Parts: sequence; C-alpha cells; structure tokens
Amino acid sequence: MIEARGLSKRYGDKLAVDGLSFGVEPGKVTGFLGPNGAGKSTTMRLLLGLDRPDSGQASICGQPYRDLPTPLRTVGALLEARSVHNGRSAYNHLLCLAQTQGLPARRVDEVIATAGLTSVAKKRAGSFSLGMGQRLGIAAALLGNPRVLLLDEPVNGLDPEGVIWIRNLMKQLAAEGRAVFVSSHLMNEMSVTADHLIVIGRGRLLADCSAAEFIDRHSRQQVLVKTPEAALLGQMLTGEGGHVTPSGADTLTVTGVAAPRIGELAAWARLVVHELTPQRASLEEAFMEMTADSQEFGGREPASAGNYQGSTR
Amino acid sequence: MSATTLRSDAELVPATGHSGFGGLLRSEWTKIRSVRSTAWSLAALVIVGVGLNTLIVGLTMANWSTTSQSAKLSYAADPTGFLGAVLSFAQVPLCVLAVLVITSEYTSGTIASSVLAVPRRTPMLAAKAVVFTVVSFVVAEFLAFVSFLIAQGIIGHRLPESLRDPANFRAVAGVGLYLAVLGLFSLAIGAIIRHTAAAVTVVIGIMLVLSGLSELLPGTVGKHVSAYLPANAGVLITHAHQEAGDLLSPWQGFGVFCLWTVLLLTVAVVLLRRRDV
Repeated sequence: MIEARGLSKRYGDKLAVDGLSFGVEPGKVTGFLGPNGAGKSTTMRLLLGLDRPDSGQASICGQPYRDLPTPLRTVGALLEARSVHNGRSAYNHLLCLAQTQGLPARRVDEVIATAGLTSVAKKRAGSFSLGMGQRLGIAAALLGNPRVLLLDEPVNGLDPEGVIWIRNLMKQLAAEGRAVFVSSHLMNEMSVTADHLIVIGRGRLLADCSAAEFIDRHSRQQVLVKTPEAALLGQMLTGEGGHVTPSGADTLTVTGVAAPRIGELAAWARLVVHELTPQRASLEEAFMEMTADSQEFGGREPASAGNYQGSTR
Repeated sequence: MSATTLRSDAELVPATGHSGFGGLLRSEWTKIRSVRSTAWSLAALVIVGVGLNTLIVGLTMANWSTTSQSAKLSYAADPTGFLGAVLSFAQVPLCVLAVLVITSEYTSGTIASSVLAVPRRTPMLAAKAVVFTVVSFVVAEFLAFVSFLIAQGIIGHRLPESLRDPANFRAVAGVGLYLAVLGLFSLAIGAIIRHTAAAVTVVIGIMLVLSGLSELLPGTVGKHVSAYLPANAGVLITHAHQEAGDLLSPWQGFGVFCLWTVLLLTVAVVLLRRRDV
C-alpha cells in the first residue's frame, strides 16, 4: 500500500533521509520508529508529496501521492506539526477539507463524533488543548474513509484515555483491512500496537521486521544474579566469556552466559546463589541498543555501559 | 467517541469521485468566511472608506465659496477625483487582507492540509485567487459606487457629474477593478514570499514607495519607467480623463497592471509547485 524506494532528502548540509526503502502492508499496524531527528517526519512528508525527495520514489496504492485524484479518499494523514487555523472552528476546518474531495457535510459530523469532539466542534481551534488538536487531526485523517493512514506521533499530547482510544482505533482500522503506518519515538507505545516495525536512525533503515522478530534479533538476554560471592562468581563468568556488570555488593547483571550455565558454574564452585533471574530485554531496550549509535540529539550515557535499564529516554 | 462509531460496514471507498474545481471554490469560500477577522476587516473597509469620502467631500463643499477658481476647475475636470482619497485609504488594508489569505496558511500550518487535499497545488491557489478576487471586487465596487453616489448627493448642482457619462462610470467602476487586481497582485506576492510582514512590506514598497520614487527619475526613460510601474499604470483606470502628460490611456494602464499581476502569479505558481511546503 505504501512503497518507498531509495528515498533521500537533504536539508542544507544535513542528510535527513538516506536511501530509505520499505513497504507497508494493509491489515497491519506498522510502527515507524526512530529517535528524535532520525528522519521519521521527513519520510512521512516525502511519502505525502509535501516535500520533494532529492532521489528515490514514494508511492501510495501504486501511485505517487501527487497523482491521486481525490487523495483524502485514499490516504488519511496526521502530521506532527499542527495544521489548523486558530480562528477557524473544528467543524469549518474539516468542512474546507471535505469540500475539496466532494465529501458531504454529513461526513464531517461523523468524524467529529468519532474523534469525540462533538461538544467543541463549533469552537475556535485556537482554544483547543494539545490533545483536542490531536483529535481534530485524527478526525481530518479519517474524513475520506481512507484505505491508508499515516499518523505522525499520534499519541503526543493525549491524556491516558486518549492514548487508549488511539491505540484501539489504530487496531480497528488495521483489522478493517487498512494500512496503518504510525511513527513514534516511544518503543513501548509501539510494543502494544504495532504488528510490524520499521526502525530508522540517522535517516537509514535499521530494521524492517515483525515486532516479535525485532526483539528476538536485537535484544540480548541478560541474567540477574544475587550472591554473597559476587566478586568470585563474576570472575568465573568473565572467564566463561560473559559480560558482567556488578550493581551493588552482591548483584551481577550478566549477558553472554545463559542462566542454567551460571547455575552449574556456581554449583561446581560451591557458591551460594540467592537469586538467578533470566531477564528478557523489553522492546524499548532493544530499540535503545539498536539506535544507540544513531542518536541525533542524544546525550552520552553516563558510565553504565551494558546496562540499558537506566536509559529510558 | 469510541472507534465503533466508524463506519461499521467499513467499505473501503475507492479513490473515485471528483469534486472538481467547484469543490475547491466552495472550500476556499468556506476558508474565507469562517475566519471572522476577514469579514470584519472588509466591513470596516467599506464603513471607514464611505465615511472618509463623505467627510472630505462635505468639507470641500462647505468651503466651496472660498475655494479658488483653479481648484474648482480641477474638480470639474475629473468629477470622480474625490474617489482618490477612498482609493488611497482602501488599498493598504486590502493589500494586507490579500497577503493574509495565503500567508496565514503558512503561519498556521494549514498549507499542509490544503496541499494534502490538492497535491497538484496550482488548482488550490487558483481557487483561492478566484474567490478572493470576486469578494474583493464586489466589496470594492460597492465602496466605489456608494462613495460616488453620496458625494454626488452632497455636491448637488455645484459640479456637473453623472454616472451616465461613460468616462465617469468607467472611472468609478475602475476603483473596484483596480482594487480587485491589487488584491490579486498582493496575493501573488504573499504566495511568493510566504511571510506576512515581509510580503506586506514588499507590496507597500512597490505600490507606494517605488511609484513615488520613480517620479524623480530624470528624462523620458525615467518617465516611461515610472508610467509602466504597477501602481502608476493601474491607477489610471480610476481617472475619468487621460491627462495631458499620461503615456498610457486608462485601459492601457490597467492592462499593464494586469500583466504585472499575471507575471507575479506565474512566479507564484512555479514556486508553489517546486518548493517544499
């Protein structure tokens, strides 16, 4: 449904998107992940024909966006930047858009109800909170009952109720057979909604696979070990090829050696072990690890290399 | 509120159904009428314009007995000359409104929605230009004719003037024509520059400052340059009679102004199609 082939875009001397190729399929929520500044919004803008790529092609349903006759009936988009005139009511904003596509005014009322904005539809959009503005953006995206949805950071500014609403909405839209392409810099958000992931960093493709595959491929298993003989066991595990990070006097975080093997080693050396817990890295940790090298604005992690749990940016 | 209020049948409407240019015109009309400041500004333009004209004509007529003979003759030569004050007053707010029609899309970010809806972009600008030009033309003609008729009532028998005289009619109607094309001219500059303050500055610079300065140019070359500048050429349509020194007739001058406007609109279209939004 969405196809990017070798997309590149340069702003001044900064290469925002660098030879990006991927596809988005119908019937799924496809998460588009990357740290801030990775080129997600730029890619969205290239797909939507707002910006012109320096090289490469983007197409939606087999056509460049610009060639779609009534594009809002095919593609619904929520852009990151707000795009509503403050002096115009939500109703009139949507009506302007509906009229360009030959959609009836009745459809405006429908999407206003879907977005839960009925009570404020006639109010000036300038008085809207961030969350209401986001709901208005979603309403605009749904206006033409499109087969393809591109949502740039849709949960931004939403309250918890709104976050759950948007999650369910995305799942339902995908279940109806639509292609839902949603960007986020929050891995945890994607881990509850996305079926498929496209991960980018510094404008380059880092991963294009299912969410489950992503975590399998990109996270290392780590094991938490508590023992009064932390120093001795640590040495043995290092000798075994493991990577050991002590945290506290009696706790080790071990990667590279599986939990059963750690148990065997401890038994063989007759060391007391109080706790031996395999820990599966979360999607967030896998994501942080993968994009650690491609952080655009990231501060350096203060000396806790190997421990991904402290970094929840 | 919940997602279940989406169309339950979930038929995925294929990309058919054209709205055509009519839909774009309706959309642009909705945009103009749904921002209250536009309507207020246009209403204020008419009220203040008519009021100003009444005041000036009234004061002139009150002092008619003490007015010099030469001044009386110059009033008689162009009985629509009073409208010059209305024109000078009305053109600045009209330029600002015209610029805002397009630059407000950039400052508010609505340009992204507009371009998503009309990705070919040119039809969107064309619809915007048509709708604004029609609105400003109607408002400006209303302002011109109401001002003229009020002036006529105040002046009474002191000056012979009538809309039945084709030259007078053309001059009064010309105020509306000139202001409508000026709006389009400003809209084009707004589309090229995209920033409200900068675009307004450029329009005012071209229409007021450049025209004034050009009159200082020496020789016949200077005279020609000055005559063909947009403001100097365009304003001729509002004069009832061609003056002795004028290089262009009223309609020629209006044509030159239209050509400038077409040129700027062409640049605006090319840039709109090429630039990132």
